[in-house]
Amino acid sequence: MALYEAVIGLEVHAQLRTRSKLFCSCSTAFGAAPNTNVCEVCSGMPGVLPVPNARAVEYAARMGMAVNCTVNPVSVFARKNYFYPDLPKGYQISQFETPICEHGHLDITVNGQTRRIGITRIHMEDDAGKNIHSAGDNASYVDLNRSGVPLIEIVSEPDMRSAEEAVAYLKALHAIVVYLGVCDGNMEEGSFRCDANVSIRPKGQQEFGTRAELKNLNSFRNVQRAIEYEIARQQDVLEDGDAVVQETRLYDAVKNVTVSMRGKEEAHDYRYFPDPDLMPVRIAAEDLARWRADLPELPQARRARLMEQHGLSEQDAEVLTADRALADFFEAATAVCGQPKKVSNMMQGALLRELNQRAVTVDAIAMRPEALGELVRIVEAGLISAKIANDIFGELLESGAMPEAFVKERGLVQISDTSAIETAVDEAIAENPAEVEAYKGGKTKLISFFMGQIMRKTKGKANPALVTELLQKKLG
Amino acid sequence: MSDTSTAIVSLSLADVRDRLARRELTAEQVTAACLDRIAATEPAIAALLTNRGEAVLAEARALDGAGPDPAKPLWGVPLTVKDALTTAGTRTTCGSRILGDFTPHYDAFAVARLREAGAVILGKTNMDEFAMGSSTENSAFAPTRNPWNVARVPGGSSGGSAASVAAGQCFGSLGTDTGGSIRQPASLCGCVGLKPTYGRVSRFGLVAYGSSLDQIGPLTRTVEDAALLLSVIAGHDPRDATSAALPVDDYMGALAARKDLSGVRIGVPREFRGEGIDPEVSAACQAALDKAQELGASIVDVELPHTPYSIAAYYIIAPAEASSNLARFDGVRYGRRAESPRDLADLYVRSRAEGFGDEVQRRIMLGTYVLSSGYYDAYYRKAAQVRRLIREDYEKALARCDVLCGPASPVTAWGLGELTSDPLKMYMMDVFTLSLNLAGLPGLCIPVGMGGRSGMPVGLQMLGRAFGEGDLLAAANVLSGALGVPGVAPACEGA
Ligand SMILES: [Zn+2]
Repeated sequence: MALYEAVIGLEVHAQLRTRSKLFCSCSTAFGAAPNTNVCEVCSGMPGVLPVPNARAVEYAARMGMAVNCTVNPVSVFARKNYFYPDLPKGYQISQFETPICEHGHLDITVNGQTRRIGITRIHMEDDAGKNIHSAGDNASYVDLNRSGVPLIEIVSEPDMRSAEEAVAYLKALHAIVVYLGVCDGNMEEGSFRCDANVSIRPKGQQEFGTRAELKNLNSFRNVQRAIEYEIARQQDVLEDGDAVVQETRLYDAVKNVTVSMRGKEEAHDYRYFPDPDLMPVRIAAEDLARWRADLPELPQARRARLMEQHGLSEQDAEVLTADRALADFFEAATAVCGQPKKVSNMMQGALLRELNQRAVTVDAIAMRPEALGELVRIVEAGLISAKIANDIFGELLESGAMPEAFVKERGLVQISDTSAIETAVDEAIAENPAEVEAYKGGKTKLISFFMGQIMRKTKGKANPALVTELLQKKLG
Repeated sequence: MSDTSTAIVSLSLADVRDRLARRELTAEQVTAACLDRIAATEPAIAALLTNRGEAVLAEARALDGAGPDPAKPLWGVPLTVKDALTTAGTRTTCGSRILGDFTPHYDAFAVARLREAGAVILGKTNMDEFAMGSSTENSAFAPTRNPWNVARVPGGSSGGSAASVAAGQCFGSLGTDTGGSIRQPASLCGCVGLKPTYGRVSRFGLVAYGSSLDQIGPLTRTVEDAALLLSVIAGHDPRDATSAALPVDDYMGALAARKDLSGVRIGVPREFRGEGIDPEVSAACQAALDKAQELGASIVDVELPHTPYSIAAYYIIAPAEASSNLARFDGVRYGRRAESPRDLADLYVRSRAEGFGDEVQRRIMLGTYVLSSGYYDAYYRKAAQVRRLIREDYEKALARCDVLCGPASPVTAWGLGELTSDPLKMYMMDVFTLSLNLAGLPGLCIPVGMGGRSGMPVGLQMLGRAFGEGDLLAAANVLSGALGVPGVAPACEGA
């Protein structure tokens, strides 16, 4: 790539997390039996009319604010006309000349360098259904459950120069939609998907090269690999003395290649025009002001604040802010015990482990952040050992019990009474004369053998620091 | 037909409704009289695409069993509905083969309002396919004939509704008006036709032709009857984002309040007096204006200078919207599907080529062209600008007067087949009606007598301010009362 530079722009479709569809009251739930979340409106029956979902407008505007866009007080729905069996009306209701949001940007950091990626526009549109081709009876079926589901399309400027930058931008957008709660961010179910426009040009050249549009990039990894492949492919084309053709290419994740889907000649003329069934979308100044005031702290700002305020490392801050609920949990737990690093460790250790095992998110568990904060506090205060904290974590997570009461009730409180521990130490020394000899002979590692003996006698409740101190004194 | 039946179907909607409410007539008697009249006239005029026949008698008997309900202003009144409106459980074809035997599971808003008001829906009326036409000859099934002379057209596209009202098959009908499709057939059939302000009646369930122009309205034999029907179907509908949230005026009260035309300023646009108007139409309209002056109205000269551009603007905007609205008729989910298609393209091409008639295909192509990349600015955008100028013309004129008047059609009903080979000449038949749809304003047509030469009805168009249906109906009611209405047509070959 020494001689060439890549130019990349992304078009991201995010499904808005509304309960009902964009223009009718059908459910947006994923995974229902085919054609069950369907009515006369979203199946394009004769004579029916669309009525816009106000919540979708709000979500689109909130997203625009979060990425520094101007939110247009008046925007216009337009029809995008084309024929396809999964498109029951024969047109998609989208926005064309006047989208809801324009002129935004998002800063990303890759390899320590911060770059500003322009966001051209965000517009609202309804999704199409799904064609299902059945090899069995050599037929095609159409499922319209997804037809009419609200989407926003977020169109970037061609400001990215590498696959890493594209992925960083996509991850940043993903974190924002999830933070705002406007999209569930599920890439496997297609709630968050991406097309990439990729071209290359000789370094130093101002004009863009001919671009290819890559489709079917349904994971961060695929985005990375598809763009890398496409850059290399275009470079080969140019080095062979050929010209890159403008076309749409489909990414094949199994073979890790992009293949031509349709050329420029086959591109649709969508014949956009304002949808006469819908009035212009007007957003009142008070609503805009209220939504702006409600805007949560966004991932980038929060990461910086956690590092600054709680002294977390960049990596810890990144893990904890990847999910808004996780970051909220962290801050609430820290407020209880005042030990941000310990809270961070326990969350990244025990908590994430237990969440992964159960395949749930932090907002779906019984454990409150106050409980985790208390758990850190009683470990630090020597009430229980870190090992016991780890052992009981799963139970606390399931039950939502408060740790201090829980360990007292179960008799798990650490023994810090010197005389009780001394008895156990004396017994251990008396029962193992050979090991005592060996220790005295220089095998000081045997201290952990004695520790194990004493822990067994005290059912793990002895304060390890006290045990070590007494052992060292008595074995002298 | 028995004499009783003939007497019943000659009543106005208001009269029959009152007699039903007083139980002087039963719903079954009235419905049976209408069915008799349909049986007698339908072979000659072909006004109906679907005749619900005996099924409606059962509905009428059920109404009689329950007894009159003062909360139902159309209790027991038989009506017909243009086949562009969906009717739950009754076939809806829009005059097209492409819909096949499509039977919707949902009523249009206006149809639901009629049913809730206690009306009996006798059947669905014939129309130009997808409301594209001015003579009802573009119906995929059969042309409807004018009940005043069955050798002539009834006008269109709501020709079936106008003919069924004029012939006494029903006491009123719902039509749709995109460029004059209620007013022009009302004019040619000698009945009253009202196109309300855009947004006054919900379009939910109206199979769309030109969505920004379409309105549903009543066709009746008297102005009072039109006011009654409008009172029932007007109002906000949350399922139509373009329906107005304004309260509905008391139209019957407005009618009762006006006894003459004193203080009413009638504007006569210079552009509605021009060339191309048949002298018998001019004469009848002038006589009506003279009568209006006698009743106290003053006549004002006004201008609508952009009227000459309205046909061009209309024939860009309406087909553009139609080309998109009709895309859903693709043979995939419902309606006609081509036999054994080779592939997807073949399925689309053949289903649509076989399912749509010539005029519909012509307008789809026209609309597709004017929206195409590279032509949009020159056509669609320019037409939208012209539309704004036309609206401003009306606003200026209606600032100087209360009502605008002119002929609804430049000629009286012409012979079947006379204009079918000349689409441009056919388009000119709407010259006086379609600018009103571009402006979104209300207009109605009242019969003002028979043409001196043809003996066929002449209609006067009266146009008013946005949501001013009350004033408009009140003025029209006074004038029509003084001029008289022709009543029920004979439905046979004319002299
Ligand atoms: Zn739906």
